[in-house]
Amino acid sequence: MTLVLGLGSPDRGDDGAGPAVAAHVRALGLPGVRVRVVGDPSRLLEAWSGEPDVVVVDAVRADDEPAGTVLAIELGAQVRTPATMPAGSGGGTHTLGLADAVRLARALDALPQRLLVVGIVGRTFTLGAGLSEAVRAAVESAGAVVASRGGPRADAGP
Amino acid sequence: MTHRPDGDGRVLHVDTLARVEGEGGMYVRVHDGEVVDVELRIYEPPRFFEGLLRGRAWTEPPDITARICGICPVAYQMSACLAIEQACGVVVPDEIRRMRRLLYCGEWIASHALHVYMLHAPDFLGYPGAVEMARDHRALVEQGLRLKQAGNALLELVGGRAIHPVNVRLGGFYRLPTRDDLLAFRPVLAGALDDALATVRAVAAFEIPDLEQPHEYLSLRSESGYPLESGSFVSTSGRAFDAREFDTHVVEEQVQHSHALHARLVGADGFAVGPLARYALNHDRLTPVARQAADDAGLPAVCRNPFRSIVVRAVEIVEACRSGLDVIDGWTGAPAAAVPVPARAGTGYGATEAPRGTLVHRYTLDTEGTVTDAVIVPPTSQNQPAIESDLRAFVQTRLDLPDDELTRQCEQAIRNYDPCISCATHFLTLTVERT
Repeated sequence: MTLVLGLGSPDRGDDGAGPAVAAHVRALGLPGVRVRVVGDPSRLLEAWSGEPDVVVVDAVRADDEPAGTVLAIELGAQVRTPATMPAGSGGGTHTLGLADAVRLARALDALPQRLLVVGIVGRTFTLGAGLSEAVRAAVESAGAVVASRGGPRADAGP
Repeated sequence: MTHRPDGDGRVLHVDTLARVEGEGGMYVRVHDGEVVDVELRIYEPPRFFEGLLRGRAWTEPPDITARICGICPVAYQMSACLAIEQACGVVVPDEIRRMRRLLYCGEWIASHALHVYMLHAPDFLGYPGAVEMARDHRALVEQGLRLKQAGNALLELVGGRAIHPVNVRLGGFYRLPTRDDLLAFRPVLAGALDDALATVRAVAAFEIPDLEQPHEYLSLRSESGYPLESGSFVSTSGRAFDAREFDTHVVEEQVQHSHALHARLVGADGFAVGPLARYALNHDRLTPVARQAADDAGLPAVCRNPFRSIVVRAVEIVEACRSGLDVIDGWTGAPAAAVPVPARAGTGYGATEAPRGTLVHRYTLDTEGTVTDAVIVPPTSQNQPAIESDLRAFVQTRLDLPDDELTRQCEQAIRNYDPCISCATHFLTLTVERT
């Protein structure tokens, strides 16, 4: 059983990428896959509590990658040397991000055994703006990355 | 960042304060061993909410102002509802008031748990942040997360969702939870009460820095119970006034170094709102379990050390859990989820106790119900001068400390007020300059 968490807010431009991919995956009706939308990264620990296999889909900023690029990274408890994620700005809860949630969960042994983060590089995060064309076009391919996640793997290093 | 000018001068400067809500900084200048300047610099852009409310319908401010803050949206909704209902001559039935109190309890639990555990406890236990603290104090952090989750769940139950609840409307709610909904949730809140009592015991054991401040405390006081969703103003100097008279007692002024207005209590050297003020003025109104927890923690009836606010905040989590349980246990339903609030011309004031202190809204409506004037006075803008005063007194007695440790302790002092910069600019980085 896989839990897919679409992270983000549809009211903030490309930050709606996670919810958009979640809606797409839900529409695919994949067996053994449950889908939820989470608006705030601080709720992730609660959302994935007790779940062995989780996919988080989120918009990301990446200066070197064009908007709409789909990135996938394994960060679950089984990954012994996870890829470095940037720490949050430390600026308080308004900026608590996915990386902070993963770090806190790892410190508390509360990370899912398997955790795949699928990131879609966003372009605009303006309040009230919809998805940019590049991100809208990437929803299907990000959905395919989520859908292609197979059964449990012995090693899912980055 | 710290730098030493020529001579024995000293400047402490924090460009961006961590573990506060929003963006701001702090600047302290020391000359010849005397603290000469303390400024809280709030540079998060002003948010012009008061301006954009003008021209909107009287039904809209509760939802629009909820967007000012993701941590205390209920406070904005409650103060907005009270103000507009007063302008329209409507007083909601007691069952609506009690359901509002239950919703507000959810916000107090979630907000206070976040601040006590994630933002402030690392200062007392010597960690840069909650993640580092979690490695050594796992059970403590898990306890805090459980409390936050319980608060969020209560917000979802009554408010429809935890952030920017959608179930609040003028006159009440769109839909009330059923008695069965409430009873099904009750064990979660009863568990949170146990965690809250454990929280008081944990923070009462923290080493508290010395500092006594003479601020006049200002808070609401209700006809019964600890103040959250209603009440009129009282202060430790004996003031007693209705929200309608707020403007004559509290005035807001612009200062050059901050985007947030500074509030001043007329005739007072300084004042503070928030947990310490509420507790000092309503200690007798705590539920027995919360009062016992406060007594066991060694809190005096009036607590003048701002660093003990973390203990009072924990007592207030107990109060919110117990008070919420009382609402649930007494709930027998309501004839309607809301009462009508027809528009009429007038001005109304709404004051409620946000987690950080009293939040006041004032709206003027025309005969069509269009908002012609809106004023929002958040707790952090009221507390800014008190924070600066605390820093001035605190730094003066700690000038022998190296800059990095002094800076760290100053940030801890600022967090005593759980300042919400987002609300106040609508907050923080630290600079100490020694010359």
